[in-house]
Amino acid sequence: MSTYIPHTSTELQEMLNVIGVKTIDELFAEIPNNLRLNKDLDIPCGMSELEMTRELTSLSEINKTVDKNVCFLGGGAYDHIIPAAIDHLLLRGDFFTAYTPYQPEVSQGTLQCIYEYQSLICSLTGMDQTNASLYEGATANVEAIKMAEAQTGRKKVILLDTINPAYRKVIKTINGAQDTEIITLSFEDGVCDVTKLARAIDDKTAAVLVQYPNFFGCLEDIENIAKMAHEAGALCIVCANPIALAILEAPGNLGADIVTGEGQPLGVPLSFGGPYIGFLAAKKALLRKMPGRIVGKTLDIDGKQGFVLTLQAREQHIRREKAGSNICSNQALVALNTTIYMSLMGAEGLKEVALHCFQKAHYMKSELAKIEKLTVPFTSSFFHEMVIKVPNADSVLKRMEEKGIFAGIALEKYYPNLKDCILLAVTEKRTKSEIDDYCKYLGEALK
Amino acid sequence: MKFSKEHEWVKLEGNTATIGITDYAAHQLGDIVFVELPNKGSKFEVNKVFGTIESVKTVSDVYAPMSGEVTEVNDELDANPALVNEDPTGKGWIVKIKISDPKEYDQLLDEAAYKATCE
Repeated sequence: MSTYIPHTSTELQEMLNVIGVKTIDELFAEIPNNLRLNKDLDIPCGMSELEMTRELTSLSEINKTVDKNVCFLGGGAYDHIIPAAIDHLLLRGDFFTAYTPYQPEVSQGTLQCIYEYQSLICSLTGMDQTNASLYEGATANVEAIKMAEAQTGRKKVILLDTINPAYRKVIKTINGAQDTEIITLSFEDGVCDVTKLARAIDDKTAAVLVQYPNFFGCLEDIENIAKMAHEAGALCIVCANPIALAILEAPGNLGADIVTGEGQPLGVPLSFGGPYIGFLAAKKALLRKMPGRIVGKTLDIDGKQGFVLTLQAREQHIRREKAGSNICSNQALVALNTTIYMSLMGAEGLKEVALHCFQKAHYMKSELAKIEKLTVPFTSSFFHEMVIKVPNADSVLKRMEEKGIFAGIALEKYYPNLKDCILLAVTEKRTKSEIDDYCKYLGEALK
Repeated sequence: MKFSKEHEWVKLEGNTATIGITDYAAHQLGDIVFVELPNKGSKFEVNKVFGTIESVKTVSDVYAPMSGEVTEVNDELDANPALVNEDPTGKGWIVKIKISDPKEYDQLLDEAAYKATCE
C-alpha cells in the first residue's frame, strides 16, 4: 500500500522483458539525467480504502453545505429541490458514464436520451435546434459568439455588464484571445441602457449578448434589444435561466437568434461549482454554425426508429483545422440529469417551480422593504433574484452566516460602484419561515 | 468557358461571371454534402477564398477565379448540394459575380490547358 502503482515487481519485470530492456532506468535512458527528479515524489504513502474513506469524510465535514445552512446564494448556481428519483436513474450502470458516446450508434439508449434533452431545450428556449450540450454556461456563450461571428463575418460583440461577471471573464479570455472586439456597456436601474446600446451597435457588430433574467435578477427588454441588433445586421444572443423560461416568454419568440445558458438549475447539485452543463440552441439558419454534436432521429432499413449522430463528424473529423470550434464532445451525464429532471417535472411542474421562486422572491422583497436602513437600488421587474443595499454589507453577511444563513453575494468585488450591495436568490426550496428568519436576523444585524 | 488552376470554371456573359467547380474537382471530392455560399453583395479579390465545399471525405475551399461582387448565389445548393456532383458546370453553379477587372479573364486557362493540369 506504499505505492500508487498497482503492478507488482514481477509484472513490471515481465513488461520490461517484452520491450527488451532490463530496468526502468534503461527504459527512460532517453531522458537526460539533469531533467530527472532522481528521488521519490514527496507525497504521503497510499492508503487503504477504509483509511481513505475516513480521510475524505473528515475533510468533507469541514465544508459548509446547503444541507446544514439556509442558502440564499445565486449569481449563476441555484439551490433548487432535486427529486430523489434523479439519482436513482442517473446512477444506473447503463447510464453512468461522463462520456459522450464514441461509438455512438451502438448506444441507442444514450442517443435517445440526448435526443430527448435536445427536444426539451428547444421547447424551453423557442429555438429550432440545439446541440447535445456543452460543459457549462460560460463557454456556451463563448461558442454562441463564435457562431455569430461566423454567420455575420464580423468580429465585434457587445456585452451588457448586467451579464454574469464570470461569464464575461471567460468570454474575454477565449473570444478576446481570438481577436474579438469586446464592448461592455454599463447599466441603468439594473438593466441595459438602451441609449448606450443604440450608440454602440454598428455595421461591424456581430452580436449583442444579453442575460435573461440578468445577473441582478432583473428582466431585460429582449424584444427591443433583438430589434436593435437586427437593424444593424447583428444577431441577438440571449443567455437564459432555464427555470425562469418556464414562465417567461421563450427568447425565440422575442427575436433571439441564439439562446444559451447554464443548465445547473435543472436538477443538478451545486457541488461547489461543477460539473455543470451549458446549453446552446439556435434558429435553423445557424444550423451549420452549431459546434459539438447533434443527435437526430431516423428510420433504419426495416423502417424502425433509430437515433444517429448528425453533423458532428464534419466538425471533428472532416473540417479539421477549418472547423468553427474545437468542441467535439458533450456533457453526457449532466445532460441526462437535466433531462430526467425536466421529464419528472413536466411542463406544469416546471411552471410551478418557477412560480414558487417568483412568488417567494417577491414576498421576500416586500418583507425586506420593511427593514430600516435597507434599500433596494433597482426598480426593474425581477424573477427570483434581487439586489439589496445595507450598511457594512460584508460584516452583515458574516453575522448572517453565523446564524446558518448564506445571505447573499457581496457585489462590490464585481461592481465597484455597488458598494454594500448584496445579491440574493430565492428558490422554491426556501420556506416562509426561512424567509422570515432571514428578515428577522437581518433586521437585528442592522440595529 | 475558362478554368482556374484551383479547379473553378468561369462563364463570362457581359460583366457577369458564373462560377462553379469543375467536373474533375467534383469527382475528386466525392459526394458533396454542403456548400457554404457567400452572402449576396459581398466582394472578393481574385484567388481569395469565397466559400467552402464539404464532401463526405473532406472540406475544400473555393477560390475566386476573378475579382468582383456577388450578384446571385445558387440557393438550390442549400437543399440539394449533390447538384454539384450531378451537373457541376450546369445546375451545380455556385455564384454569379459582377466582375471588376475583365483582364483577369485572359489570365485563366482554356479547356486544353486546364485538362493538362489535371493529368
